[in-house]
Amino acid sequence: MSSSRWAAFLRGLNEFYAGPYRATLARAQRDEDDHFMLVVLAESLGVPDPAAYHTVELLPAVYEDFHAWHTRIGMDRSPLDHISCC
Amino acid sequence: MDSVFLLLIGLAIFAGGYLIYSRYLGRRVFQLSAAFRTPAHEKKDGVDYVPTNKFVLWGHHFTSVAGAAPIVGPAVAVIWGWLPAFLWVTIGTVFFAGMHDLGALWASERNKGRSIGALASRYIGRRGSYVFLLVIALLLLMVIAAFAVVIKNLLIGNPSAVIPAWGAIPVAALIGVAVYRFRWNLGAVTIVGVVALYALIFIGDNVPVVLPDPILGMSPATFWIVALFLYAGIASLLPVWLLLQPRDYINGVQLFIGLALLFVGTLIAGIFFDNGFVAPMINTAVPDGTPAIWPLLFVTIACGAISGFHGAVASGTTSKQLDKEPDARFVGYFGAVGEGMLALGAILATTAGIQSVERWNEIYSAFNEGGVNAFVEGGGNIIEMGLGLPASLSVTVLATMAVLFAATTMDTGVRLLRFVFQEAGEIVGLKINTIVGTVLVLVVCMALVFSQGIDGSGGLTIWPLFGTTNQLLASLTLIIVSIMLIRKRRNFLVALIPLTLVFVAAFWAAIVQLGTFWNGGVDTNWLLLIIDILIIIAAVWVAAEGIVAMVRSGKEPEEEHDSDLMDHVTGTIPTADRR
Repeated sequence: MSSSRWAAFLRGLNEFYAGPYRATLARAQRDEDDHFMLVVLAESLGVPDPAAYHTVELLPAVYEDFHAWHTRIGMDRSPLDHISCC
Repeated sequence: MDSVFLLLIGLAIFAGGYLIYSRYLGRRVFQLSAAFRTPAHEKKDGVDYVPTNKFVLWGHHFTSVAGAAPIVGPAVAVIWGWLPAFLWVTIGTVFFAGMHDLGALWASERNKGRSIGALASRYIGRRGSYVFLLVIALLLLMVIAAFAVVIKNLLIGNPSAVIPAWGAIPVAALIGVAVYRFRWNLGAVTIVGVVALYALIFIGDNVPVVLPDPILGMSPATFWIVALFLYAGIASLLPVWLLLQPRDYINGVQLFIGLALLFVGTLIAGIFFDNGFVAPMINTAVPDGTPAIWPLLFVTIACGAISGFHGAVASGTTSKQLDKEPDARFVGYFGAVGEGMLALGAILATTAGIQSVERWNEIYSAFNEGGVNAFVEGGGNIIEMGLGLPASLSVTVLATMAVLFAATTMDTGVRLLRFVFQEAGEIVGLKINTIVGTVLVLVVCMALVFSQGIDGSGGLTIWPLFGTTNQLLASLTLIIVSIMLIRKRRNFLVALIPLTLVFVAAFWAAIVQLGTFWNGGVDTNWLLLIIDILIIIAAVWVAAEGIVAMVRSGKEPEEEHDSDLMDHVTGTIPTADRR
């Protein structure tokens, strides 16, 4: 079997493995990301966070997903004054 | 030798069905079009809607619909002789199951990948969707309860399968960890996983596990059932990547290996060792208490001839991943053919694989006695004769295959029934959380299993009711397909004739069974009686709503020929093939 055929077979095998549970895993990943977002934003949301000094460094990492997050949890507008994404 | 002819005739009928009938369905009736923008492309999100290679999708579809049912059904039904079972499996697959699965897939495609439940509310009305919820809940309940008993019987009947069946769990978990945590190459992991599974089969064959009686104050039968429910409950709560996903995957691989072993075994055993049928062609001397062949044959073999569950899978997940509409013929129709082949294998194993007429009569001494153990014994013999595998090892291979099938369906069933309970809870304004939902599912199912005695016999008593419910769900799907065809003024008889036959058989069986559950006195089986009445009510409901909806759509003006060809994004109708 040529290497390209073999690679195509492996791709199919991966697809066969991942396909049935793709949606479930993506949802689980999103839930986890949501929790992570909550932890990072805890201090700004008014929850005392002893690790705020560290989590604040993570803010840039979550900025991009911020809009999707706040609309997903049911807030049309950004709940935070200092992050105005929309 | 005659078994080889039957196998070849069966395969030829399936091939003819796929090459001729499904082509007619695809071109003339459903008019599958490469220009149609499938939901997988239209709503592509990389999560639910993903265009998938048709061979891979066929693999998904086939492994999701193939559980223990296409084995259990035929293995019970050969009590009427091998010919009736063979005819119903082959004709059923070609004209009923293939049409049904392809139709369900097409119906969902043309409705933005919606599920049969959602289509029921669109084409039959809101009440139609409530029947759907009821039928699917009953179906899942029965699958979980019956499969618990099937697995228990297998584990007690084949002690050598205990180690591989339970050992498959850690193997699956290791595969999950290897793929997700360590990012190892899936091809290599698969080979190691399959080798590990077969090594466990080898170990199990040498170290059979027979439980002491009593164990922890329970009989082995009770213990296994409790253990299985505990397992299914835990499995349905664990993250899917850890157990369910790798387990389903390794089972899929095992399914293909098992089928190949069985067919090659039958061929070689028939040609070189003149292996033939021990069972009668038509059994006129059925044991006392066996119900009449009509209508019970048609509900006993549900999966493998036509199964409503396929419609739920086809419209639930498969339709969202179809790359091109013409692929539906391969994925939907050939998916049903795959299951028909499994059913054919089960028929051959239970009629040509058993060694002597005496042994066959001994196994089939009462209705419902044959079942999956007969499949394991007969199939084991065929593999031994044809491929030279030691008898006990071949039996262990098949027993493990059957246990794994039933077990994956069971834990998926627990998860799905939990969703149904949660959905039903929302309708009445009750929020059921995951743990409570799972416990609720387990309690209800265990109540059903133990309703006939502590040995769990309640689980199998409901098996014929599974067939009835399943056919009812198939009828619901066929009603939707018929309505869509009537509205388009196409040949709706391809759906209406199977619909009528299946519905009448299912309804008749439900009425016949009413008589067996109701004895007028202390022997009355209240639980099954109530479930049966529920099924009859649902059936009448489905029929009434279906007829009204069909008559209504016959009076409506004809739907524009290419109305659902329209591209929902651009609002135009494609004129030429995009690809």
